[in-house]
Amino acid sequence: MSQMIATLGLGALFENPRASLAKLSKAVLLPLVGLLVFLFIWEVGAKSINTSLGVFPGPKAVYEQSVNLINEHRAERTREQEFYDRQEERNAKKLAKNPDAEVKIRPYTGAPTFFDQIGTSLITVMSGFILASLIAIPGGIMIGLNQQLYSALNPLIQLFKPISPLAWLPLVTMVVSAVYVSDDPMFAKSFITSLITVSLCSLWPTLLNTAVGVSSISKDLQNVSQVLRLSWMTHIIKIVLPSSIPMMFTGLRLSLGIAWMVLIAAEMLAQNPGLGKFVWDEFQNGSSQSLSRIMVAVLVIGLIGFLLDRCMLLLQRKVSWDKNAVTR
Amino acid sequence: MSIPPNHLELTKVEIEFPTPHGPFKALQDVNLTINKGEFVSLIGHSGCGKSTVLNIVAGLYQATAGGVLLDGKEVNAPGPERAVVFQNHSLLPWLTAYENVELAVKQVFGKSKTKAEMRDWIIHNLSLVHMEHAMHKRPDEISGGMKQRVGIARALAMEPTVLLMDEPFGALDALTRAHLQDSLMEIQKELNNTVIMITHDVDEAVLLSDRIVMMTNGPAATVGEILSIDLPRPRNRIQLADDAQYNHYRHEVLSFLYEKQRKPVDAEEAKETAVTEKKLAQELHSSSSEEKTKSAEAAA
Ligand SMILES: Nc1ncnc2c1ncn2[C@@H]1O[C@H](COP(=O)(O)OP(=O)(O)OP(=O)(O)O)[C@@H](O)[C@H]1O
Ligand SMILES: [Mg+2]
Repeated sequence: MSQMIATLGLGALFENPRASLAKLSKAVLLPLVGLLVFLFIWEVGAKSINTSLGVFPGPKAVYEQSVNLINEHRAERTREQEFYDRQEERNAKKLAKNPDAEVKIRPYTGAPTFFDQIGTSLITVMSGFILASLIAIPGGIMIGLNQQLYSALNPLIQLFKPISPLAWLPLVTMVVSAVYVSDDPMFAKSFITSLITVSLCSLWPTLLNTAVGVSSISKDLQNVSQVLRLSWMTHIIKIVLPSSIPMMFTGLRLSLGIAWMVLIAAEMLAQNPGLGKFVWDEFQNGSSQSLSRIMVAVLVIGLIGFLLDRCMLLLQRKVSWDKNAVTR
Repeated sequence: MSIPPNHLELTKVEIEFPTPHGPFKALQDVNLTINKGEFVSLIGHSGCGKSTVLNIVAGLYQATAGGVLLDGKEVNAPGPERAVVFQNHSLLPWLTAYENVELAVKQVFGKSKTKAEMRDWIIHNLSLVHMEHAMHKRPDEISGGMKQRVGIARALAMEPTVLLMDEPFGALDALTRAHLQDSLMEIQKELNNTVIMITHDVDEAVLLSDRIVMMTNGPAATVGEILSIDLPRPRNRIQLADDAQYNHYRHEVLSFLYEKQRKPVDAEEAKETAVTEKKLAQELHSSSSEEKTKSAEAAA
């Protein structure tokens, strides 16, 4: 917890009760001023933009919609609970009349709420990111260790790295539909499509940074390893991995950022469940509240992106020996 | 003596580094024979190729011609029996002082010592260099001199047949340096390992060495002169300060460096070395005047 506070930049408030005013203002006051100025400009600016769906939502409208979305979520949950309660009641009655009666419980099929979509997106982005890391970290180590391999693969990496997720998406969708056929799929096709698209786009920074980290191990440390005659495995574990961890994390943080951005785009385009789909649905919906609801989603996307990055930072602090490299 | 000669033998060692402007011949025709248990210092101007000689003996560099024999076997790869104290300590920054030494000890004694024995051995070596109080600190938490000391402990802990040291005491203050020089003499007497040490410090070279190998300036540097130091051991720095023989050796080395191998002053390096050169030149001057006063005293 304390670490969390520190990372969020509030550490100055807690670590020293007599924290100087300058420190306090830097940690709390200035960000607050920034926020207020932003809200003011937003409020003023929003009023002067008229869209076909009405005035652009200001902070107040957005706040109202976020309360709305929370209420809708609660209502949906109650409805779901009631649905299951009703079924159980009916089944209990049936069984009371005839103990041999066959009873079944049908699943609830209400529309996913805003928060369900957030959950789906988070699960998808983490799965995609983990898959990407599982490929990129060992791959990066291999490429970093072997100059020939690096020379062979570098053009390909440079070619694939800048590809937009939107370009991959149709291909991935078609391939997944063709290849991923099973009667009782463990995962939804849409999930697999999003997952692969996210992985494809986000593995490059980790791959490249790990490779650079591994290949730039100082000559001195390599000499130490040679003089000690460390075995290949020990060399990797004791020398290569620790010394490339800072670079690796730089890559991982970039990758996670990209993964999150790519996921939202993929969900919008492919109508895969998640926050992106929520935005798209609201856009198609076109009610007077749509813009405010999209704005809520936009802010939440930003907030989650920020929190994901902070989580990586915490992880880096835990794992990395180089505490100085983790300043931002 | 029962010790067989030709323990370590460098024969016609030559090395060329590939550079963008064609090959650069750093060493040429380096011949040197070192006996078991001998303490040899390498001295020479900056950039002449001392580290390169050491790296070739360590097996980290391959000579382009000639070669190195250790106890009759050709050296062509690095190994823990030729431990190196690197010029810039080269500790693993993510390990504590203890763990840095542990890595080496596990590698060398992993099969022959028990866990407890290894622990004691690590602590013993760290206390030889007076680092036991900070052994659980990481390199970025200790001073440059302390890092150097851990580097020395790591090398000593490997119980090498040949100990290769590249300016091991360069980063130390005078007091710690004197202390470590004394420890090194004791350790070396006890373990009787062969030591090759690079130094810029003339006093250090004379105090510690059995022989001082003076290298000519590069490129294509080679062994210029070899000076045998026949001073009885154990040596005491305070007694030696007034010893005529000691001062004679000192003078020999200084005059090799600053008269015979005087660096052609090129603009760039002049800046870099001006300060030390001036200091050393003064020293040379004072040492010869000391000798003069001494001979004057003797005459009187
Ligand atoms: N890997 C290398 N590639 C190219 N040139 C090199 C290499 N290593 C050393 N040299 C050159 O060889 C010469 C000798 O270098 P070396 O490091 O052995 O000097 P040194 O005597 O140890 O100097 P110092 O006292 O400053 O440590 C230098 O001119 C250096 O530029
Ligand atoms: Mg050197």
